[in-house]
Amino acid sequence: MAKVLMKGNEAIGEAAIRAGCLNYFAYPITPQSEVAEYLAKRMPEVGGMFLQGESEVAVGYMLFGASACGERVFTTSSSPGISLMSEAISYIAAAQCPVVFVNIMRGGPGLGGILPSQADYSQSVKGGGHGDYKLLVMAPASVQEAVEMVTEAFVLAEKYRNPVMILGDGLIGQMMEPVEFPEKVAAKPSDKSEWATTGMDTRKSDKRNLVKTLFLDPEELNRHNLMLKEKYKKMEAEEVRYSTYNTDGDYKAVIASYGTMSRVCKTAIDMLKKEGIEVCMIRPQTLFPFPEVAIRKAVEKKSCKLAISIEMNMGQMVEDIQRSVSGIVPVKWYGKCGGEIPTPEETAEAVKKYLNNEE
Amino acid sequence: MGKTFLKPNSLSDNHTHYCPGCKEAAHGRAPAMATGIKRVRPDLNVFTYQGDGDLASIGMSEIIHSANRGEKFTTIFVNNAVYGMTGGQMAPTTMPNQKTTTSPFGRDVKDVGMPIKMANLLAALQTPGYIERTTVLKPKYIVKAKKAIKKAFIYQMEKKCFSFVEVVSTCPTNWGMTPQDSIKWAEDTLLPYYELGVFKDTPKMEEKNAK
Repeated sequence: MAKVLMKGNEAIGEAAIRAGCLNYFAYPITPQSEVAEYLAKRMPEVGGMFLQGESEVAVGYMLFGASACGERVFTTSSSPGISLMSEAISYIAAAQCPVVFVNIMRGGPGLGGILPSQADYSQSVKGGGHGDYKLLVMAPASVQEAVEMVTEAFVLAEKYRNPVMILGDGLIGQMMEPVEFPEKVAAKPSDKSEWATTGMDTRKSDKRNLVKTLFLDPEELNRHNLMLKEKYKKMEAEEVRYSTYNTDGDYKAVIASYGTMSRVCKTAIDMLKKEGIEVCMIRPQTLFPFPEVAIRKAVEKKSCKLAISIEMNMGQMVEDIQRSVSGIVPVKWYGKCGGEIPTPEETAEAVKKYLNNEE
Repeated sequence: MGKTFLKPNSLSDNHTHYCPGCKEAAHGRAPAMATGIKRVRPDLNVFTYQGDGDLASIGMSEIIHSANRGEKFTTIFVNNAVYGMTGGQMAPTTMPNQKTTTSPFGRDVKDVGMPIKMANLLAALQTPGYIERTTVLKPKYIVKAKKAIKKAFIYQMEKKCFSFVEVVSTCPTNWGMTPQDSIKWAEDTLLPYYELGVFKDTPKMEEKNAK
């Protein structure tokens, strides 16, 4: 298919349809409302279903219900909306339902602002809702990558029977870029007859499927949590995705950055190179599972003096980088959180200051 | 001796303590979850079974909007004027001066308002098709309640409308009464306030008008 120029939010909606997801529940919130506006027109064209829920709280459970029936389903929202869905996300993770969430992040905390941000790193990666659970979190850095990740998200969600979160900053949703939709659509929906509550008549089986999250027997609940833990370990072993930039030379620092911010970092790295300063970047494409080993290996290079987390938040990824480098080098942070995206110049300057021990 | 009463085929021998069906939603969210199911699988029979704290307090938004969209599932609303599972706290349906663990001096309506009449409230909406309040206090009422529930499911199977059957019930444990006293108290106190009857039956009206 030829490239088309498309706004990120619309491309995300189209990608979901092409991935075979014809069920979409959502609630309006800036800066992702264009997904719902696009799909309100597009879903009827393809025989799909869109329902605008009365709140994000309700949308969370509409997703849960639809997914528990074994249907592919997804939603899009932005930071405060995801907070409201977090209750349902915990239930969905506990019940192992393969729902895909897209969070086009805006600034927080509270109402915050409507400009791009990456302030929901911790919410998505560490939890958000109650209890021990993990989302598989993917962070696109372009509209093209958002489309590819949406396509893959449905496959991964079904492979692990686990919710997947696409974590895009506001810019990913709002900017227009040329995009090519994958020729090959996502794999056919997996066989869900073993667990989905599809109705006894249609299943033609004597076994009753029950989708539940309540385990009053402590041993049973412990077993359930251990089973989930095993699943998350498998994701850590098999689903880590990242890309690297400028890792060949004798770099002095490793930058870890994702999403839109990583594109600014690339330009900053090129600028520094012209000044004779070598810096490399590891760009996590999955935030959980985290590219722990890649970052550790990168800082093990003798020339490397430090690692810098560069994010549009107050350093939420720093702890994950510290965990990865386990004390080999210090971990610094640079970023902004008001909705303003740091410029390549500002970013390069911040890196230089750290390298010169000025901060 | 032959059997005079058999368990319906739909009930299994599994031990259940609260979720008799196939899915568990969080407190109050059952109508949203039922919406999700019904929207992607309109062929399935879906019902929510909710208490008064669940439906009239934390889940007020979900029930109103599901009813107003005319989601074609059935809601059975058990109103016993108190939170049961959490141990007898005040519900939106708790009667004036009724003592509960969180209204130890009795519900003060000047402070927290009058109890909410859910069937009346939902009947004010134009879309929902069938709304009836029943009770199970005595066999004569039970027969009527059973009919109402059956009608609600028939309307669902005929893909007609959203149905809501309120069932006024007792909670001897949390009311601190014997079952007999509970029934008397419910008849004397609850039924005059929560009047029984059909609040709305649009399919029946339409059928009449068609004739």
